[in-house]
This record gives sequence, C-alpha cells and structure tokens, in this order.
Amino acid sequence: MIWNSASEFWAMGGYGLYVWGSFGVTALLMGGEVILAGRRHRHTRESLQEQARTNDLAQDTAQDWQT
Amino acid sequence: MSPFLAVIRRDLSLALRRKNEVMTSVFFFVVVAALFPLGIGPEMNTLRLIGPGVLWVGALLASMLSLGRMFAGDHDDGTLEQMVLSCASLPSLVGAKILSHWLLSGLPLVILSPVLALQFDLDVQAIEVLMASLILGTPLLSLIGAVGAALTLGVRGADVLLSLLVLPLYVPALVFGAGAVQAQAAGLGASAHLSILAAMLLIAAVFSPWACATALRIALE
Amino acid sequence: MTQHSNVLFRFAAPQAFYGLAGRLWPWAAALATLLGAWGLWMGMFVAPTDFQQGQAYRIIFVHVPASWMSMIIYLAMAFWAVLGLTFKTRLSGMMNRALAPTGAMFAFLSLWTGALWGKPMWGAWWVWDARLTSELILFFLYLGFMGLTASIDDPRRSDKAGGLLALVGAINVPVIYFSVRWWNTLHQGASVTVTQGSSMAQTMLWAMLLMALAFWLYAIAIALYRIRTLILEREKHTQWVEAELRPEGAS
Repeated sequence: MIWNSASEFWAMGGYGLYVWGSFGVTALLMGGEVILAGRRHRHTRESLQEQARTNDLAQDTAQDWQT
Repeated sequence: MSPFLAVIRRDLSLALRRKNEVMTSVFFFVVVAALFPLGIGPEMNTLRLIGPGVLWVGALLASMLSLGRMFAGDHDDGTLEQMVLSCASLPSLVGAKILSHWLLSGLPLVILSPVLALQFDLDVQAIEVLMASLILGTPLLSLIGAVGAALTLGVRGADVLLSLLVLPLYVPALVFGAGAVQAQAAGLGASAHLSILAAMLLIAAVFSPWACATALRIALE
Repeated sequence: MTQHSNVLFRFAAPQAFYGLAGRLWPWAAALATLLGAWGLWMGMFVAPTDFQQGQAYRIIFVHVPASWMSMIIYLAMAFWAVLGLTFKTRLSGMMNRALAPTGAMFAFLSLWTGALWGKPMWGAWWVWDARLTSELILFFLYLGFMGLTASIDDPRRSDKAGGLLALVGAINVPVIYFSVRWWNTLHQGASVTVTQGSSMAQTMLWAMLLMALAFWLYAIAIALYRIRTLILEREKHTQWVEAELRPEGAS
C-alpha cells in the first residue's frame, strides 16, 4: 500500500482535482451510459408490449364484429 | 457529345442563368478576407502571418457552403434519378457534376485569391504558391465534399449535417494547402506540401466519384 | 469452409443474434467489472509515484484506455460497414449504431482526461498536440455518423449511408493523423508525448493494460446490450419478437 492515509489518497499529491476530475467524469459517463441503455431497453419493451396489446384488442374487436 | 461533357455543359448553362452559385461563394470569400483584418487589426506583420490561413479557411468555407446545391437541384426535378438509371457510367456523370461545381465555386476563388492576398501583404512568390495550393486544393475540397453532399441528399437539416460530416475530412487539405504557403514564407519551399496535395487530389479524383455514385444509389433507392 | 460460414451467417439473422447477444453480454460485463476493479486496485494502490509527474500520471489509467477504445471502436465500425455494404446484412448497420455512442463517449473522455492531464503537466488545458488534435477530429467523425444516421428516417438507407460514411472516415483517419503530425512538427508545436518516454514501471503498465481490457469488454457488453434493443425495435413486426415480448403465461 503506497498511501499513508486516506487524506493523502484523496489529495493525490496536490493533483486531486485533475485525477479525480478525470476518474469522476469517466465513472459518470460510463455509469450514465449503462443507465441510459437500460432505460431505453425497458422503454422499448414496454412500448412494444403496449402496441401488441392494442393490436390484439383491435383484432379481437374486429373478430367480434365479424361474427 | 459524351455524357460527361453534356452534364458539364448543362450545369454551366443552368448556373449562368441564375448566377447564384458563383456569386455566393465569391461573396463569402471576399467578405471573410475583408473582415479578418478589420477584426484583427491592421498590423501588417500579423496579417502577413495569418493571411495564408485566413484565405485558405475562407476558400474552404466558401466551397463548403455551395456543396448542398451540388445534387439538390437535380434531385428536386428528377434529373438525378435519370442519371442513376441511365446506362452511362454513374461515376463519370458524378465526376462531371463535381467538375462543374468546382468550375463555378472553386475556380473563381483561385482567380480572386491574388487580389485578396494583397490585403494581407503577401509578396509575389507567396501569391504564386497560394494560387497553386488553391488550384490543387479547391478541386480536392469539391471531391471530398461531394461525398458528403450525396450522403445527406434530401435529409432533414442537411446543411449543418453536411458541414459536420465534411469538416474532419477537409483537415488534411487545409493543413497542406495553407502549410504550403507558410512553408514558402519560412524559406522551406512549398514543393513537398504541393506534391502531397496533388497526390491527395489524384486519389480523390479516382475514389470520390465512385463513393458518390454509391451514396447516390443509397439515397435514391 | 462451408461449415464455418454457415455458423457465421446463422448469427447474421437478427433473431439468432438477439439470443447470442443476450447470453454474452452479462459475461462481458462481469469480466469488465472484475478486470476494471483489479486494474484500479493496481493503478491506485500498488503502482508507485512517478518520478517526474507525481500522482497526476495516474490519469493515464483512464486516458490511454479511452483513447485506444475510441480508435478500436471506429475500426470495428469500419469493419461492420464493409460487411454491411458487401453482404447487405441488416445487423451490420445495427451494430454500428450500437457502437457509435460508446465510441463517441470514449473520444470525449480521451479529450477530457487529456485536458485534465495537460493542465498540470504542460500548463495548458489544450495543446495542439498531434494526437489530441486527431482525437478531436475523430470525435467529430463520431458525431457526424450519429447525426447522419439519426437524420435519415428509413432504416435501410440510414444503415447504408452510415456504413459508407464510417468507411470513408476510417480510410481518412490515417491521412488525417499524418497531416496533423506534419502540421504539428513543422510548426514546432508541443512535442509532448502522452505516454512515458522511458519504459514504464511494470505495475503501471500492467494496470494500464488491465484497464484497457476492462474498457474493451465494457464496450462489447454495452454494444451487445444496445443492439438487443435495436433488434427489438427493428424487428417488432416479426412473430418471434411478439412471442418474446408476450408476458409469461399469456396466450
């Protein structure tokens, strides 16, 4: 272990702003990408399921009218 | 008359009837060259330093502005579809359109450049190199830009998108074009830059019409 | 030969690829997390302080992997573009759309971390270093691809146009890099090297490679995940998608 204390770790020899600014934004963007991808997938599934349900309903209604 | 020449003749006569195409590029080029000294100050040493870059960027932007019109007019009136469907080789027809575009938007810039170069106090040798770099560079810009124009044919927001697509690809031409004039000013001789520019032009002349033809077929199917 | 190509072409069908991607991405994600954690451990807690750059050098553990990935992803896009234009597979276009946002993100990260590294090292947020400048142009190439594919409504045309653009861009990347290098050295600009000139300490190199691998697996995982969403959207009218979406137990 090269750090003598936690505060030394965060300070990064005076370069804390730059190092954590880099790692922080990296984590933010990668995490954000994952979250957005997940959200988009869920949204797509839900909206397609909704469409399928309306289609089914329309088909059932059409069948009812035919009989 | 071969299809190639027929297309050129048609484009030139259409443009000369409306004169917009030539005027827009020329006007923009003149305005850029005139505004920069006003914005930066009349210090001749500074102007001589930035002159080649400013003129080249002006020519590049002027050329880029007129790209949208390369295929749009023919696309609107259905001529483009006829060209794609015709048995004449599409790359050669596209090459003809690119050549016309250069004759109308690029060549006037080359002819004007000595006059505008005087505003930046460039000497005769510098102006010679500038014209040489523009004569090689402006057709290169037309060839590269044509691919972008073909890809964005009929697309929403085509103008801005076209600029975004084409700017990264313009960078080498700009670097070597303006660099040629700067190299000459630094006493290093412009032959290396101009040779590279010529090589890029030859390669683009071979590949660009083919890429454009592919892009046009994609756009029209 | 035919046996192999049968396998390959089988997965060119969206339905088959959907299943394959679904099985693969969790593994890629798990591996990425594992390697990333290991790489960060090595980089932040084991690798020694650099003699010249102090602690600031640790930024390379994200900067270099991000740069590499931004270039690898673009190459991958060019590869899929060639496949798509040659074999006219729908999946190639979808793969590119899945890859592009991640590539653009890595290009941006490369620029961002590069700036944050440059400020303490060279005193400037931005230098017209050949590599940084080329990275900026690469970022614009990504944006151009995303802009073009987003503006064209017809998916087939969008895929093909995007593929052609990616290909033209990829061919130009060496030209652009060469021209920017030339421009940079001619003007005696910042002749800085982003990586250490002398050989890196073992632990530093090891940590950097681990991070690079982690980023690569991350990109694979997220691209596979994204392409599943795209496949669902594109193939929504097919029976298999309808069956896939139907909640369990429903008719």
